[in-house]
Amino acid sequence: MPARLDLKALAPVAVLVLLCLVIWAFSPNFVSINNLIRILNQAAIPMVLVMGATFVILMGSIDLSVEGILSLCAVVTAALVMNPVSADLASLSAPVAAMVDANIGFLAIPVAILAGGLLGFVNGVVHVRLKVPSFMATLGIGFACLGIATAALGGFPVRISDRAFRQITLGRELFNVPNGVWLALAAVFVAYVVQEWTRVGRWIYAVGTDEVTARQSGVPVERTRIIVFTLAGLFSGLAGVMAAAQLGQGHALLGQGRLFTTITAVVVGGTALTGGVGSVLNSVVGVLIVVVLTNGMVLMGVETYVQQGVQGLLIIIAVALALDRSQLDVVK
Amino acid sequence: MTAVLELRNATKSFPGVKALDSVSMHIEPNEIVGLIGENGAGKSTLLKVLTGIYQLDEGQVLVNGREQKLRSPRDAFDHGVAMVFQEQSVISTLSVAENIFLGREGEFLVAGLINKAAMNRAARTELAKVRLDIDPATRCAHLSFAQRQMVEIAKALSLDTRIDGDIVILLDEPTSVLEKREVELLFDIVRELKARAAIVFISHRLDEVIDVADRIYVMRDGAVVQEVPASTADVHDLHEHMVGRQLHHEYYRENRQRSELGEVALSVKNLSSKGHFSDISFELQEGEILGIAGVVGSGREDLARCLAGLAPPDSGEVKAAGKVANLTSPRRAVDAGFGFIPSERKVEGLVAPLSVTENMTLPAPHEFTRRGLIRFAHETEVAKRWIDRLRIRTPSPRTPTQSLSGGNQQKVVLSKWRIAGSRIAILDHPTRGVDVGAKEDVYEMVRDMAEDGIAVVLLGDTLEEVIGLSNRILVFKDGRISATFDAAVGSKPDQVDLIANMV
Repeated sequence: MPARLDLKALAPVAVLVLLCLVIWAFSPNFVSINNLIRILNQAAIPMVLVMGATFVILMGSIDLSVEGILSLCAVVTAALVMNPVSADLASLSAPVAAMVDANIGFLAIPVAILAGGLLGFVNGVVHVRLKVPSFMATLGIGFACLGIATAALGGFPVRISDRAFRQITLGRELFNVPNGVWLALAAVFVAYVVQEWTRVGRWIYAVGTDEVTARQSGVPVERTRIIVFTLAGLFSGLAGVMAAAQLGQGHALLGQGRLFTTITAVVVGGTALTGGVGSVLNSVVGVLIVVVLTNGMVLMGVETYVQQGVQGLLIIIAVALALDRSQLDVVK
Repeated sequence: MTAVLELRNATKSFPGVKALDSVSMHIEPNEIVGLIGENGAGKSTLLKVLTGIYQLDEGQVLVNGREQKLRSPRDAFDHGVAMVFQEQSVISTLSVAENIFLGREGEFLVAGLINKAAMNRAARTELAKVRLDIDPATRCAHLSFAQRQMVEIAKALSLDTRIDGDIVILLDEPTSVLEKREVELLFDIVRELKARAAIVFISHRLDEVIDVADRIYVMRDGAVVQEVPASTADVHDLHEHMVGRQLHHEYYRENRQRSELGEVALSVKNLSSKGHFSDISFELQEGEILGIAGVVGSGREDLARCLAGLAPPDSGEVKAAGKVANLTSPRRAVDAGFGFIPSERKVEGLVAPLSVTENMTLPAPHEFTRRGLIRFAHETEVAKRWIDRLRIRTPSPRTPTQSLSGGNQQKVVLSKWRIAGSRIAILDHPTRGVDVGAKEDVYEMVRDMAEDGIAVVLLGDTLEEVIGLSNRILVFKDGRISATFDAAVGSKPDQVDLIANMV
């Protein structure tokens, strides 16, 4: 058993199981193969996003740039693969037009992911070097990304006409499970290895628990922070590629609603907002809770706005249950 | 033989104070050196220099005979100087092994990944040196306080096979929070460690230092005032060197000490707080200054925080001016007439960015509002009165408090409670971090308060201060009152008498 999985960490699993049983009782369709695959498919992109977000939150920071980076990377992806060149091309600025005109096929994947990494790196540098609180730095960068994504395309989406490219999430080569799900599992594997077996993984916990001690022990705190924000950017970039392939287009609003789901999933999974406590595995469970809940509400015919309300309550309940209030004097 | 660690004419100044004044000392291989001194004597500055947190203004640090500039704790560590901090510094969410090798995981990397088995094996070797038989994969959150301390010592010891030359371990007040049995175990281990390392043992329990050390340095006012072999050291003698100068009657305004006291202002009966203090009973009269003496962890700080409403008691009764006081929140304590002047002035005593006036009127907002709006003119007028009365040096009543000097800030805190109408003042180290001149102002203010009939509970920064200011002194030991001394002018108790009851 991994060292960081203790009994308290199993509480979210119990919640997930309970939730599944309740939904099953109300709608037997819940356990059908098709529905389970649908759940996994819906969980794929959030799963990739929470990997980065978990590291950031474990460090006691927050990354609010998830939607912006995802959208911008989706736009980059869509622009770089085969797309129907529309008449609007002339109205775009020259470099953007050149990107849209280009078709580098699958090479667009690493390019978009690296673009995400670069944006994450900027997050980290702004946060660490300019000493801007992470929520403000990432909020600003995220908004800037949305702005760039909108302005570059004049507010229009770019469609992807390369069918083969779209197979990277839609294809079902293995056990009839969409490739996007396998990608998400690969992301979880990478994140888990980083967390458990690398120095950065160790330092994330050290910095999140007690930065002063970590520094005195020689942990390069600033470098750790920048690396973690870069990692988060890479994961957001991958999520952007996946979103572009899944929906067959790239545009500025592609990431809408992802930020809330991501942070809810991390927190519901049991990673503390105060830093130091939690794991990427917790967040896997957190994502499943959020997705299963949404799926269940759809099956039970709950209205969309009510669903949103329930999600909002969920995150507050999760934080309220997880906090040890006796230890807190000041809440900001 | 070359000294493992040596300081030559080490000098370090901070604005207004010379924290280290040409200090020279040396630590030989396989030696336990005791370092004692009162608060503010320069011990902590010295430790911070040795661990690279501070850099010297003048003088040299020599490690194994060579001059070194220690730039950070990590740098010092890599040169073989490791500190075991008083406030523990293991990271609770990491395992024992992960803590021991934190920041030095490099030697266990295989293709970028940490070989956990190898790290745990290496940790086991280090843990054996401190006779700690626990699984290195255990998370530190699950360890007892004493075990964590051993983990820290093991972390320090992990250096001995990893660097050339001898290592030095600095133990800062390692016994202050340990049980008696744990202290004995620690001493056994420290004596064993002598074979591997030089040790600097900092404590204010003089008997312990004499017991465990080979040689003792006494510091006072930033300088080494005595160096003796432990075999010939004597508690009284050490203490005299530690305290140095005789009492100055004038310094503490003893001529203003009241002999006629008023009604009973505070009566505490069988007050207990689990794990902090138990069965505390005393009475305090108007105009009386009651000093409380005791070592760190004796429970006196906890009592002060309890009376301030910050940590409600488990049992017992507190009466203020004859009425039972409810101490479940700071607000209620303020309403009952308590005013708390905390030792962490910047954190708990002042809202630093707010103006002098705003700070002064913070606890008594009703008096300064009309229909919910602040009466600025009235507020400023009251503030001006107190600025004059306490001679607070501030450009204007609306100056942010953070731009005032420490002594003047402390006066703002005091006037805050005077304005709020507090009848019982709890002074928790009122002169900590205040320069010498401002200290006298604070003493003057304490006497003013007593003159106005305010009952004062004083936790002094030094014993000298407690003795000089108080009418009566309670000595705390292990959460209980171990002795009570009358301290009328002319028949003040001796510091040695107090210490005898403190340890």
